[in-house]
Amino acid sequence: MAKDIQPRVRIPSKLKPGEIFEVKTLVTHMMESGRRVDQASGKPIPRDILNKLTAVYNGKEVLVADWHPALSANPFTSFYLKADKSGELKLTWSDDKGETYTKTVKVNVG
Amino acid sequence: MTENSLRRRDFLALAGAGALSVTLLPLSAQATPTDVMTAIGKTLGGKSPKEGRIDITLPEIAENGGVVPLKVAVESPMSDADHVKRVHVYADGNPLPDVATYHFGPHNGKAEFSLRVRLAKSQKIVCVAEMSDGTAFMAAREIKVTLGGCGG
Repeated sequence: MAKDIQPRVRIPSKLKPGEIFEVKTLVTHMMESGRRVDQASGKPIPRDILNKLTAVYNGKEVLVADWHPALSANPFTSFYLKADKSGELKLTWSDDKGETYTKTVKVNVG
Repeated sequence: MTENSLRRRDFLALAGAGALSVTLLPLSAQATPTDVMTAIGKTLGGKSPKEGRIDITLPEIAENGGVVPLKVAVESPMSDADHVKRVHVYADGNPLPDVATYHFGPHNGKAEFSLRVRLAKSQKIVCVAEMSDGTAFMAAREIKVTLGGCGG
């Protein structure tokens, strides 16, 4: 399962200092809500969702999102950031099993 | 009119579940607007939110309740002194009322975010924004859902 999870992050390639830019992200994940029943065994399928997204820009935490099972499969989200200095934007998703998935993108300010 | 459409939706939900060979759990009790208000009360610690300052973008009718695009924008200068700290999203017709919480700071520039949600039936989406000065704002928007997206 873990290697099927592909986080994707998109930001503008070039930014001006102080510019407010959109960060778009998409992860391939089932987001199993825990409310479905396996038809063959009659047992409920256990919940397995990404429950947290954290964004760190040049070492500073800039966004935290807490997610519940009401998010769609392959969760897409977007949010905004103010361009400060060139550097790295690191996004980390964590799931119910305690595993994390990260994606780092370069931020170009100039 | 309302009763009729509700009955029709119940029928559609059952038919859809049958066709997909997926059974809903017997405990699929729905959250009620009261549950959402309780959750909001707990989050805000008894403070009552004011109306306004939040703009919710939702389609009027969602054919597929499994993937409903939702955008929330909160009006704020997002300065160090005056910014949005947290935005909570609730769905009052889902089995669980919580949808998401987004934490912001002045470095975000604007308090706006998009996501895609699952909605079990036609219902109200409620958003609550907590500001840095301790005040809270609330907004709600109705949405019609043709086929629910929680049972699978």
